[in-house]
Amino acid sequence: MNATVLAAIAEEGAGPAFSLLTALVILPAIGALLVAVLPRRQESLVKLAGLGVMLSTAVLVVILAVSFKSGADGFQFLSQHAWIPDLGVQWKIGVDGISLWLVVLTGILFPIALIGPTVHKDVKSYTAWLLLLESACLGVFVSLDLLVFFLFFELVLVPMYFLIAGWGYDNRQYASLKFFLYTLFGSAFLLVGIAALAFLHQRATGNLTFDVEQIAETQAVVGNTARWLFLAFSIAFAVKVPLFPVHTWLPDAHTEAPTAGSVILAGVLLKLGTYGFLRFGLYLFPDAAVDLAPLLLTLAVIGIVYGAVVAAMQKDLKRLVAYSSVAHLGFIVLGTFAFTNQAITGGVLQMVNHGISTGALFLLVGMIYERRHTRQIAELGGLQKPAPVLAAVFTVVMLSSLGLPLLNGFVGEFLILTGTFVTHRWWAVVGSLGVILAAVYLLWAYQRVFHGEPDGDNATIPDMTWRERGVMVPLLFLIVALGVYPKPVLDRIEPSVTRLIAHVEQHTEFEEPAVSRAEGAAVEEGDE
Amino acid sequence: MIPFLALLAQLGQAEPVPVPEGGGLGPLRTPPMAYADIGPMIALTVGALVLLTYAALVRRKPGRGVYALFTLLTCAVALGASAWLWLDLGKKAPRFAFANMIAVDGFAVFFYVVIAIAVALAALLADGYLRRERLDGPEFYVLALLSGAGGMLMASANDLIVVFLGLETLTISLFVLAGFHRRRAQSGEAAMKYFVLAAFSSAFLLYGIALVYGATGTTNLAGIATWLAENVVVDSGVLLAGIALLLVGFGFKVAAVPFHTWTPDVYEGSPTPVTAFMAGASKAAGFAAFLRVFFSTFHTVNLDWKPLVWTLAVLSLVVGSVLAIVQRDVKRMLAYSSISHAGYVLIGLEAASDRGIAGSLFYLLAYTFMVMGSFAIVTIVSRRGDNATSLDDFRGLSERRPALALAMTILLMAQAGVPFTSGFLAKFHVIAAAVEQESYALALIAMLAAVVAAFFYLRLVLAMYSPALDADDVAGESTAVEGAGDTRLPVPFSAALALVATVGFTLLAGFPVASGPFFEFAREATLLF
Repeated sequence: MNATVLAAIAEEGAGPAFSLLTALVILPAIGALLVAVLPRRQESLVKLAGLGVMLSTAVLVVILAVSFKSGADGFQFLSQHAWIPDLGVQWKIGVDGISLWLVVLTGILFPIALIGPTVHKDVKSYTAWLLLLESACLGVFVSLDLLVFFLFFELVLVPMYFLIAGWGYDNRQYASLKFFLYTLFGSAFLLVGIAALAFLHQRATGNLTFDVEQIAETQAVVGNTARWLFLAFSIAFAVKVPLFPVHTWLPDAHTEAPTAGSVILAGVLLKLGTYGFLRFGLYLFPDAAVDLAPLLLTLAVIGIVYGAVVAAMQKDLKRLVAYSSVAHLGFIVLGTFAFTNQAITGGVLQMVNHGISTGALFLLVGMIYERRHTRQIAELGGLQKPAPVLAAVFTVVMLSSLGLPLLNGFVGEFLILTGTFVTHRWWAVVGSLGVILAAVYLLWAYQRVFHGEPDGDNATIPDMTWRERGVMVPLLFLIVALGVYPKPVLDRIEPSVTRLIAHVEQHTEFEEPAVSRAEGAAVEEGDE
Repeated sequence: MIPFLALLAQLGQAEPVPVPEGGGLGPLRTPPMAYADIGPMIALTVGALVLLTYAALVRRKPGRGVYALFTLLTCAVALGASAWLWLDLGKKAPRFAFANMIAVDGFAVFFYVVIAIAVALAALLADGYLRRERLDGPEFYVLALLSGAGGMLMASANDLIVVFLGLETLTISLFVLAGFHRRRAQSGEAAMKYFVLAAFSSAFLLYGIALVYGATGTTNLAGIATWLAENVVVDSGVLLAGIALLLVGFGFKVAAVPFHTWTPDVYEGSPTPVTAFMAGASKAAGFAAFLRVFFSTFHTVNLDWKPLVWTLAVLSLVVGSVLAIVQRDVKRMLAYSSISHAGYVLIGLEAASDRGIAGSLFYLLAYTFMVMGSFAIVTIVSRRGDNATSLDDFRGLSERRPALALAMTILLMAQAGVPFTSGFLAKFHVIAAAVEQESYALALIAMLAAVVAAFFYLRLVLAMYSPALDADDVAGESTAVEGAGDTRLPVPFSAALALVATVGFTLLAGFPVASGPFFEFAREATLLF
């Protein structure tokens, strides 16, 4: 596999025709094809090939993050080719501070999701679907052409659908269908919105293009039209996030998906929605986004409180984690539509944080299920005794998820809440309830599962294996590292966010309060 | 057929044949015969006649697959002739031949290609099927070739009478094909239903032709267009009634709601390769005439027919998708899905723009491959007797035939419009055309119908990837018991070939860069009207 990576890098050096990003998007897909032609019987070979491709991708991702110019606000690693000339569709990809970390998250989370849980059947197809899913996710985050974005946005559904339907739990058929149809419902609006935007842009400028930058800079579509289009885009993203009240697919899909599916679903797929809001909602329709921000902020706050309350009521541990995602994603949307530097920066960081913490939580829940074959909280108890390492890891991850200072969750939530407070005070106040409620449902669940005297099967479960510990190490490292020293990450996010807010200010009446700018700098210095 | 055509051509001519001096009948003057202009049609007709003659004269049965191979060769010749015509059209302008009866343009050539491909695929499906059902013989191929020739005639017709002639040639062969499986009662029933209802719709079409003739004084398509452009119709009742009746006739042929009622029964009852042929070639030919007559001929009155087409499209999309959900039989389900596909093609017509028609053509091209590939798999799964087509019969297909299940999955995903398949780009092109004309509601309804449609495609996919039902669990009605013994389904070589072609095209034309030439073909076909 290393040869492939080297070749890709060498070619990247050779010219812009084959960029690092293009290699990044294509590599897992090629891996999927490779795995598909390997013999079904050779399970270890299949696993090795899959892991090799995913690790190569991870290496590419790290190279990307290291060579990303910090302090620059525009798109980097751009690559642009005509793709469907009849429609002006281009293969245009690039990353900025907002998408960079999501790409990195994707690259890191996939190998972990592949080797973390044990797969009991048809390893070959499983690996191939995961690889295809990785390609699609990376494609979504890097595409700067609306139609290319849509292609990947939709493509994500297919492997995820098969992962849930093929390797999920008892109610998997229902869950996978619901997942697919819900998202497709949102996409229906998105596709019509994209086409309408492109043609309205053409009518104004005479140039048919799906180029995000071009359309955003021209701002040819304004007023009520822009509002309708923003709503069309929002429906698709809201389903994906998911925002209240279109979140009902999420608990089912998360609960019934295999562990790797849940990890990716929570870690990466939900970010497609929040990323979409940032990249397309705010960037393409600044005016409409400012106008309709109260609506989305309100839905976000409802999501935070509702998700937390419902999570506390769950009897199923996995479902609890699933509902906690609804609450956490609410925070991210809250930050997105607060229009301040810290809030949006915090939101981007929180996307990464949530991917790490919730991904880790799902892995841990998966490990518990492997041992006890139940996810019912009532049937678990006292696991701390037989499995102290598992309990310790769970504690750290849980604390990260509920936002304990010095762990990653705190930085993101704090930035979001302070940033939101400046422009939308009451939403921030109600939103901070979510922090307390998170402590309630997580700590309570932890007590019920790990504390007390283990009885029956609970007393004899094995502790984490070395493989499982190895999988958790990078996640724990990131949880602590991002909590203690987030500056390198924030430094790369910030310029792009500043640019985005400047773009919003330029095209609307909105002005970011001066206090939030000054404070933003102070917070960062404090983190140093 | 050719002399008949010539005779018709003469009747259509404006100037009377001059009577030579001195009385008596002079030599019959025929219009110039540019046979090369209808090369593909001639290829199919001659192929059919040769096959028929051979079968009548030679008693000894030829080896396996010879008929299918011959049909394939005939289609290849037709494709070659189409390619020649296409290149020729690049040099010379679009023209009319046979005394303005036949249009020689890119649009016609596009459909020559689609129909030739459909005939070839049908032959590939039929080869294994006919032997399995012990129906082997030349008749199927002869009828398919003749039917295809009729479809081509329809696609290139420049006169309403020729449209009708093509339609009948196409349909009469299909009556026989629908009833081809003599030992299956449903097959006969399908043929009967199709015959009665198609006859009905032909009557509507003829009535429409008569009214349009009454209103404009000509049946020539170009002539009507010119007349409509030059004259202001004050009292347009007769013309509009004619257009409406034509709409009924074409709507029946392409299976658009509310003229779709024959489709599920006929699709379900017909032998599966015939169903595939109907869904592919017959629908394409119907749309060829539909698009040409409405977009080209009645372009000036498009404000009158657009609302009708809009309604037809919405009804087809919604009714097709929703009713497909409740089907337990895969053939029936695909029949309803083909109804909703017709809705998508109609979206392109409703846009009444070059982009719209190009979108419709690309959709038809992509659709022909998708649907015929899907029916190829149904043909294989249906087993001897052609009855095992319920959803339960598809259960466990992934275990018995993983490759087959994967191919079906790709084809169904394409029909659902998943990215990186031709189905997505096809849908996107028509949706884009609708949005460009600001038909936002129609675009949205179409996309939402696609969500509903995704449900039943996915349900079939889920069935294929679930374990097969045990013989004990099978309800009395199901036929899975019959095949419970053999775990492997036989896949004939020819059907495998058809699958490779259809799946390959579906993926190739679905990849943005690679789809370029195909869409370009559709677009230029529209420009070369």
